[in-house]
Amino acid sequence: MNNKKIRVLIAKPGLDGHERGARIIAYGLRDAGFEVIYTGLRQSPEQIVSAALQEDVDVIGLSILSGAHLSLTQKVVDQLKSKKAEDILLIVGGVIPEQDVASLKEMGVAGVFTAGSAVSQVAGFISESVAC
Amino acid sequence: MQASWETLLDGVKKGNERSLARIITLVENRENGWKDAMKRLYPLGGKAKIIGVTGSPGAGKSTLTNSIARELVSRGRTVGIIAVDPSSPFSGGALLGDRLRMRDAVNLPEIFIRSMATRGALGGLCQGARDVSRILDAFGKDVILIETVGVGQDEVEVVKTADLVMVVCVPGQGDGIQALKAGIMEIADLYVVNKADREGAHEVAADIGGMLDIASEGSGPRPPILKTSAINYQGVRELVDVLVHGFDAGKNRADWRALRIKEEILSLMESEILHYLQDKWDRTGDLDKAIHQILKQQTDPYSAADSLLPLMREAFGIKETT
Ligand code: B12
Ligand SMILES: Nc1nc2c(ncn2[C@@H]2O[C@H](COP(=O)(O)OP(=O)(O)O)[C@@H](O)[C@H]2O)c(=O)[nH]1
Ligand SMILES: [Mg+2]
Repeated sequence: MNNKKIRVLIAKPGLDGHERGARIIAYGLRDAGFEVIYTGLRQSPEQIVSAALQEDVDVIGLSILSGAHLSLTQKVVDQLKSKKAEDILLIVGGVIPEQDVASLKEMGVAGVFTAGSAVSQVAGFISESVAC
Repeated sequence: MQASWETLLDGVKKGNERSLARIITLVENRENGWKDAMKRLYPLGGKAKIIGVTGSPGAGKSTLTNSIARELVSRGRTVGIIAVDPSSPFSGGALLGDRLRMRDAVNLPEIFIRSMATRGALGGLCQGARDVSRILDAFGKDVILIETVGVGQDEVEVVKTADLVMVVCVPGQGDGIQALKAGIMEIADLYVVNKADREGAHEVAADIGGMLDIASEGSGPRPPILKTSAINYQGVRELVDVLVHGFDAGKNRADWRALRIKEEILSLMESEILHYLQDKWDRTGDLDKAIHQILKQQTDPYSAADSLLPLMREAFGIKETT
């Protein structure tokens, strides 16, 4: 009688106030059957990782439109490492220039989703990546 | 990655938050061995006080839960928060956004917050929340706050597992009495009129008082009614005073506890039996067959249930005449 659900944390690190994309993704993933924990704006990397651990999520999704994606993502990755939680799947969305995608992946980001990404793409990627 | 139950139980005993978080997941998912784990955790707890926080969406339950937790921590208590939100009946997914309003609680190391979806479980939510609060209790949290939207029967059931139930109302909802609908009134130990920074808080409090007086016909003390402004932390200290006082009174009476234990055993049995039968029917197809027959108007749900009964008797080795 197994009852598993994939749990996803959607968070916006830094001072970036662009919330639409994160909300669209949060609602969209809910409608795709995921349990989505939405923590809102202006979260520090420490807060994001602490929430992810308490909620025991399978996935962390960062939404960044401020241009600070490289440094913010690096901080989240460092936090995850220091908590020995690198097994959590990390994805990033927002305004990410093409040339930065490789750097993000090198840090350990599994997927990058820029403007115009469909929720179904994101949902599909998560389902495939998280062994259930 | 999938640490064993043994390791996780050990972690919980040692105060490891990750073990706590993972054990909650496994129990919530009903992974093999969950009940054995709960058997081991049960005797470790029993000390925590459990407070249910319920009320309409937007009343300020999360904000208030945050302020209460912060105040409790400042008084030297550790706190666990369980924030329950409904699963979508269509997709099975859920949007759990209560952390958004728990700005202080998310930063305090004495507080552990867990968001839970109702998962539309068969008699399950109540038990699920009860399990998680037991795990938090075993982990050593002094007070556990369970936030649920007070709209459906499920949610009312959840707060029944609490030692103290607080109903949150707000001014300007047109009908301040709406929250006092049947079911909620019987379980409320205290009422909080939140958003008292807005106009109309006194009127709502007076309305509730009037309703309670009519209901109790003057017999016995009526539950207290407090006013708060959770975003400004106003009235929260007084509220926590009342809560801490209430810990020692009311529902901790032995007869009330016995009733709760009885309900819990029955609900555990109920979900076991249902799962067992569903499992069996999934394999035999008997249930699907019955559904089809009803759809084709060849029989009715009552007869179908009757004809399925012998299968259940057989499964449990029960003689025909009971
Ligand atoms: C609308 C908008 C605003 C609105 C925001 C309203 C709101 N509350 O969201 C307002 C007017 C407030 C605003 C303000 C500013 N903005 Co503005 N804004 C935009 C604009 C035009 C569209 C953003 C948007 O909502 N798109 C629609 C959503 C649905 O798309 P999205 O967010 O990209 O999300 C999609 C994907 O990226 C992805 N996704 C997003 N998040 C996530 C997360 C996960 C986990 C996943 C999987 C996927 C995912 O999925 C979504 C669906 O496809 C962009 C330009 C652009 N082309 O993006 C500029 C833009 C983001 N803004 C910009 C700037 C500079 C600002 C300001 C600093 C301007 C100023 N000087 O004041 C301020 C800062 C505000 C703040 N506090 O942060 C710049 C950022 C520059 C940069 N990154 O280098 C942009 C890129 C414009 C530009 N070309 O210069 N802005
Ligand atoms: N004016 C006012 N707004 C409040 C108060 N408490 C909460 N809110 C706001 O009410 C909205 C809903 O609060 P939330 O805690 O999420 O309500 P919940 O749905 O009952 O959990 C948020 O915008 C809060 O900021 C209060 O005391 N006064
Ligand atoms: Mg809430």
